[in-house]
Amino acid sequence: MVLQIGGAGAAPPNPPSGHSHALYLPGTSPLHRARPQCKLAAAFLFVLAVVATPREAFWAYGVYALTLAALARVAGLPLRTLARRLVIELPFLLFAVFLPVVGQGQRVEVLGMSLSVEGLWAAWNIVVKGTLGVAASVILAATTPVPELLRGLERLRLPSAFTTIAGFMVRYGDVIADDIRRMRIARVSRCHDPRWIWHARAVAATAGTLFIRSYERGERVYLAMVSRGYAGSMPVLEDLAATRAQWLAALALPAAAALVAATAWGIRP
Amino acid sequence: MTPPALEVEGVAFAYPDGHQALFGVSLRIERGERVALLGPNGAGKTTLVLQCNGVLLPGAGRVAVAGLPVAAEHLREIRRRVGIVFQDPDDQLFMPTVAEDVAFGPANLGLRGAELETRVKGALAAVGMEEHAARPPHHLSFGQRRRVAVATVLAMEPEILILDEPSSNLDPASRRELAEIVTGLDITILMVTHDLPYALQLCPRSLIMNGGVITADGPTPDLLADAELLAANRLELPFGFDPAALRR
Repeated sequence: MVLQIGGAGAAPPNPPSGHSHALYLPGTSPLHRARPQCKLAAAFLFVLAVVATPREAFWAYGVYALTLAALARVAGLPLRTLARRLVIELPFLLFAVFLPVVGQGQRVEVLGMSLSVEGLWAAWNIVVKGTLGVAASVILAATTPVPELLRGLERLRLPSAFTTIAGFMVRYGDVIADDIRRMRIARVSRCHDPRWIWHARAVAATAGTLFIRSYERGERVYLAMVSRGYAGSMPVLEDLAATRAQWLAALALPAAAALVAATAWGIRP
Repeated sequence: MTPPALEVEGVAFAYPDGHQALFGVSLRIERGERVALLGPNGAGKTTLVLQCNGVLLPGAGRVAVAGLPVAAEHLREIRRRVGIVFQDPDDQLFMPTVAEDVAFGPANLGLRGAELETRVKGALAAVGMEEHAARPPHHLSFGQRRRVAVATVLAMEPEILILDEPSSNLDPASRRELAEIVTGLDITILMVTHDLPYALQLCPRSLIMNGGVITADGPTPDLLADAELLAANRLELPFGFDPAALRR
């Protein structure tokens, strides 16, 4: 599905543009210009380093957060935008909120509530690592258009079947979302007002029709591809190879993070 | 003597479910002609189009494109020679950017580098979409997407361009723009449509198809002025369109 940033109500009645690039903020910063495969690898390894850091090393998380803030600044990504996009992780954090309440072992009084010390540590661990990971992804998504991300994944030797399918998903997400919107409007225009479970029948029928339509569209797309000489593999159009210097620059980030993580383990009491 | 751009001889075709769509179709389109293929829904127009590039192969009869018979062993060359612009541009445009989509066909033919770039630029220039090369297709208007769809096929430098209902869903301005592009192309064109005024505007010659056979072949103004012929083939001119004026 397509992530709608402005909410369904914000969509213009006949959108000339889709939402699949809503996460990308155009720019010309070094982060924008870096090769997608380098950025992907750097973000992934950075997250690994963060996850491997002992939870007691508060200073290490401070360093990580400052590093990400500095990167966001270099990319020209306003911290408020970054913060707003972090909201996406809230549903996942709900789980962490309950840990101090239901946790076992030694307990402490906080604001009149008896909370588990072990649970508090676990919750902190999830919240800080989750937030840093999501922040890294948000910066990656804000500086890399989706097609480039896919090409980067291809460069990182992800099977081309996966990247091709993902590419089609991105391309046709908007088309299918548009189909859904039109079918919903057509239903509502005939006074359909789904409130109760037995109204679900029409919605289910819509989903079925949508599936058939999309399936048939898939066949037409394939036909159009075959008509232009498609023979089973997508042509590689440009060489996106990264130089050694580009790789070194990108990997400096996870290397620094790994150093911080290692130090945190080394000086652990 | 150069062979005709498209030659169809006694083609009959039935779908695997037994539904027979074509009952012996014959036609000949010379190089450089612009021909309209008119007919009501279900006449077999699209089935015939798919015979031309070998997506469907005839049960009987033969099809040849610029002298090369449509057969399994040279499908690749046939598909280069026959450029089909499908009705829904969303079916045709699937790459992340306009330029990549236009490059898809020629890249499948093995073109790379500067040569590929020249093709893409030339095709986009032919439809007036150069400045949109880097945009994703779904950010374009419907009329622009149809023009890009034409460019994706032009980039393959086909012998014959087949347009399937090119005017459908276009607003009057996009319709006129597309007409200007089509008349500006120096290429053989077969235009499948039931938009009779558009056929008249763009194609000096028309074929009428109904029930899986060609029922008429002649100059477009003559065919459109023949009210009985049109009625017999479920074709109608729009309200207020005077067939007598066509003769002048």
